[in-house]
Amino acid sequence: MSQKALVIDLHKCVGCHACAANCKAWNTQGDAGPLTDTNPYAKDPEGVWFNRVQTYEVGKFPEVEVVHLPKSCMHCKNAPCVEVCPTGASYKRVEDGIVLVNYDDCIGCKYCSWACPYGCREFDEFEGVMKKCTLCVDRIYNEALPEEERKPACVIACPAKARAYGDIDDPSSQASRWIAEGKGYKLMPESGADPSNHYLPKRKVNIHVDKEALLKVAHAHINAARNIACDTGSVSEDVAQP
Amino acid sequence: MPEVTENDGHTLAPGEDIKYSTCYMCACRCGIKITLKYGKIKYIQGNPHHPTNQGVLCAKGSSGIMKQFSPARITKPLLRKKGAERGNAEFDEISWEQAMKILTARLKHIRATDPKKFAFFTGRDQMQALTSYFSKQFGTPNFAAHGGFCSVNMATSMIYSMGGSSWEFGGVDFERCKYMFLFGVAEDHDSNPIKLGLAHLKDHGGKLVVINPVRSGYGAVADEWLPVKPGTDGALIMGMIHVLLKYNLFDKEFLINTTNAAYLLDMTEGSEKEGLPFLLAEKDMEQTQHVVWDLKTNKMAEAHQLNTEPALLGRFKSPDGRTLTTGFQLLYDRVMKEYSPEQAATICGVPAEQIERVALEAGIMARDEVITLPIEWTDVWGRDHKTVTGKPVSVHAMRGIAAHSNGFQTGRTLSIFMMLLGIIDRPGGFRYKAPFPKPIPPCPKPINSPDLIRPNTPLPNPELGFPSNPDHLMVDNDGNPVRIDKAFSWEFPLTAHGMMQSVITNAHNYDPYRLDTLMFFMANMSWNSTMNTGEVMKMLAAKDADGEYRIPFLVVSDAFFSEQVAYADLVLPDTTYLERHDVVSLLDRPISDYDHPADAIRQPILPPKGDCRPFQQTLIDLAHELELPGFADADGKPFLTYKEFITGWESAPGSGVGFLAGWRGVNGDKHLVGEPNPNQWEAYIKNNSFFEIELEPSIRYNRNINQGYLNWSQKHKLIRLNEPIIMHFYSEVLQRFRLAAKGQRPGRQPATDAQRQRILKYFDPVPFWYEPLEQTQVPLKDFPFHAITQRPMPMYHSWDSQNAWLRQIMGQNFLYMNPDKAAALGIADMEWAWVESPTGKIRVQVKCSEAVQPDTVWTWNAIGKMSGAWNLDPDADEARKAFLLNHCITDEIVNEFTNKRISNSDPISGQAAWYDLRVKIYKADETGHWPQFQTLKPLPHMEKRADILRYEFMRDKKK
Repeated sequence: MSQKALVIDLHKCVGCHACAANCKAWNTQGDAGPLTDTNPYAKDPEGVWFNRVQTYEVGKFPEVEVVHLPKSCMHCKNAPCVEVCPTGASYKRVEDGIVLVNYDDCIGCKYCSWACPYGCREFDEFEGVMKKCTLCVDRIYNEALPEEERKPACVIACPAKARAYGDIDDPSSQASRWIAEGKGYKLMPESGADPSNHYLPKRKVNIHVDKEALLKVAHAHINAARNIACDTGSVSEDVAQP
Repeated sequence: MPEVTENDGHTLAPGEDIKYSTCYMCACRCGIKITLKYGKIKYIQGNPHHPTNQGVLCAKGSSGIMKQFSPARITKPLLRKKGAERGNAEFDEISWEQAMKILTARLKHIRATDPKKFAFFTGRDQMQALTSYFSKQFGTPNFAAHGGFCSVNMATSMIYSMGGSSWEFGGVDFERCKYMFLFGVAEDHDSNPIKLGLAHLKDHGGKLVVINPVRSGYGAVADEWLPVKPGTDGALIMGMIHVLLKYNLFDKEFLINTTNAAYLLDMTEGSEKEGLPFLLAEKDMEQTQHVVWDLKTNKMAEAHQLNTEPALLGRFKSPDGRTLTTGFQLLYDRVMKEYSPEQAATICGVPAEQIERVALEAGIMARDEVITLPIEWTDVWGRDHKTVTGKPVSVHAMRGIAAHSNGFQTGRTLSIFMMLLGIIDRPGGFRYKAPFPKPIPPCPKPINSPDLIRPNTPLPNPELGFPSNPDHLMVDNDGNPVRIDKAFSWEFPLTAHGMMQSVITNAHNYDPYRLDTLMFFMANMSWNSTMNTGEVMKMLAAKDADGEYRIPFLVVSDAFFSEQVAYADLVLPDTTYLERHDVVSLLDRPISDYDHPADAIRQPILPPKGDCRPFQQTLIDLAHELELPGFADADGKPFLTYKEFITGWESAPGSGVGFLAGWRGVNGDKHLVGEPNPNQWEAYIKNNSFFEIELEPSIRYNRNINQGYLNWSQKHKLIRLNEPIIMHFYSEVLQRFRLAAKGQRPGRQPATDAQRQRILKYFDPVPFWYEPLEQTQVPLKDFPFHAITQRPMPMYHSWDSQNAWLRQIMGQNFLYMNPDKAAALGIADMEWAWVESPTGKIRVQVKCSEAVQPDTVWTWNAIGKMSGAWNLDPDADEARKAFLLNHCITDEIVNEFTNKRISNSDPISGQAAWYDLRVKIYKADETGHWPQFQTLKPLPHMEKRADILRYEFMRDKKK
């Protein structure tokens, strides 16, 4: 079996929206495009984005964390959107587990967006069809691209290197290694959809300081330095006490 | 079958092409790879070969297409309609010939009569090598770019202390750093390299400590957050210095070898040498020599000698009876007395325990986790070293520290913190980027006398530079400023980047004189780039009793319909970054990294839209119209295009130094220095539009005292002399100004008591913290909140409000404040409130946030727009809900020594003090943003705004 997916490291994500914007740039001109924008220069501009970044605060000042959460189709193993689709437009590929929408068969009934536990479906009002992340299926197998660029646009663009792509059913893939080493988890496992995209949690770097031991050494040294200085030259003034 | 081709690993379909250029969606200037189809842009991604971004690209860069196709593009030269008022944006479309004729006639007359009546100030163009040269050849001192209101405090304080500064001239060695302090908002400078760097830091388990009143952006990934009160970073750093000194966690060897901390200072009161280094004039030596107190012999000794043990602490007597001490002792006295962590905590609001702990963590790591690289090098004293050593601790700071009226001294404090840790230009620490390090201060001096301004004559020196003493100030014989922005005056002496923030106010007030023509390039000085926006707009449109505008002629060059354009008399339509020839030069603000001096070009990917023209080309054309010297090659053949100028111009006849460092020499085989190469441009194109040269490992570290590097740098004309660059732990330059103010120094002295007192108070050679100036004049009880801005990562200033994608990410800003504080004022989440300062007020929507220091409120910078500007719908969120804090920020405060008005800026560097603002907040009964101004009507020639946008690529889709 093969299941292609994204792994997103929340320890590194700075919330810069590069993944979202480059996704839009690639996909609007790619096979899944265009990604329509309505009111692009007016009040309430709204467009189709396959990838969006949400930001949350957790805790009370000063013990507060800020979490940026980039979110796109999870390419679930039990994809609810596929189950509810009345026309079969939403489907999950056997060969790599990618969930796609066939626009020609989509009737825009939006059952899938109601069914998706992650809110990762994007309705194109202009075309009347549902769209979503394709995992850049037109990049990852695209032999016209250099081999190192056969990855989703979001992964290539990410300036914080917070995104990995690969086959999570293959333990040797970069994605699987990130999950294993970084304690990767699935968003809302209780949904039953068994999402394929994973997130790595925030971690904290702590450093231990032994202040008492340090103070002893420091005082001895500074005093020595001061005495030597005072003994030399014809010094009359006091040197400040540490 | 049409031919299928290959380019850089891409198999290109018919009509497809790949081109490389340099991004300019922000000032980071990453390499971009552009896929074209039938000459149109299909996709923009990061250039994987480029040193700056290594293939990644931020949200702004990724949205470049939407900038290109914005309906706010201006594509015709425009002249204000007869009878129309400034600010209403009513123009006649004119031809380029007419535009150039009008401008040339005006400038010719000014140049022939009084060249300083032409003022040229540029925004974020980063092409100051050209714009400053143009002004210098014109002969006006009234030139500067936007540094005065950007981050000049960081640049000057660090350059005057350590010979390099954050961002373009130095930065964190992320690959080896394991403990990083990040001060203030830094999300914009620089963009992708810091993000890539933080990824490195995280990959090897490094700790990130963010010091900022706001936890957002990079604060989100911080391991520890120090919620400092705005403007108090200096006290906090002093508290950390106290800890380093108390626990002996400073690098004595580094201080002695590479800084002046141990140099003996002559403390003889009242003498002209007071507080200056005691110098030894050896009989057989041409130069005087700094001295130290040698603890081995109990005598004075030449500095930097083998077998000596210089004292850092102590007070001594010279053989001729003078009292001597060290800069280290002076700092030690001050810090131990005034800046314990407890004392610092009362100022900055960060608990003393936390200040002490992070200082200990960093200090211990710097002491114990020494990095040793097997690299041989030789220092300037001829000593060979088998290894390069360093410490994995580093610092980055930009505007958070800079944009306060105490920012210069805070930047000095930070530099000294770095010297104490011993982390400058060493592995794991803070490393220089070529062309830095430079002498302290760097060589160029500003012109220093009104007599040097002569009709039809270029200036003998640049307009801007780094004063070493008061004789380098640009003042007249009565001590008055000569520049329109009052840079290099007694009031604002070390204004290395000028004071663009003061230009409109001063020009309006004829202070010190009336201008004729003011030209702005790529600057929004009537809106988000000015303080006191509402009043400044009035100044731009103000008239004398005779009906003449007080600022007689205003020229604006921009590619977009900005708020500034509305006030122009003449508009010169500029191109986007995808339509021009351009350089990112080592003479200016390069893209070098630590091991690679580097520069880059922009090549036109698309033809200019409509009649717009690259502004650089306009300047070249203007130079020829005005018959300015220096725009021709050695044989006198004029450079007709900017491309010709880029490759053909030399800094002096035969200097071999030009805008681009790569592939010089007639055969293109010389780098950095070499004759102009007629094929240089093509060589850049072939190399994906950039150039970099790798430094030998032996000259990558300790460059201020690395003889190999200094020789290399001198040979390649990055510095004039290959002498050691000893860091100014103690600032001799500030002391020289002080001596002048005390009347103890020969040469220029302040003309008034007020000037003397101001210098005496702020030009302390040992850094100190003082309360930001505006705050001393605003009662805390009436205005209890600090108010500041942060920089959103997906939006750069006001550059991208017209960008259909980016404005979806951020089209409205909110006032973020602590929920308990809001509740106490009866304000609920998402309700509207008034924010009021002594000089202005705005109505804004409040969002409660725990991630902000409770005495501080904040918002995103430059999201609010004037209705109709940037060709947005008049009712767009940017106009009706979003806001500028600028309306509350005063452009002038009271000079404490004269009680007269003076620019709201740092008294040393002239940096605009944006973040000194204090406000009161109260509930609003109405909703919607206030103030509202007139609605700008779209210019007739601009494209109609689309209602539906579908950027696809020549494919038929459903519907």
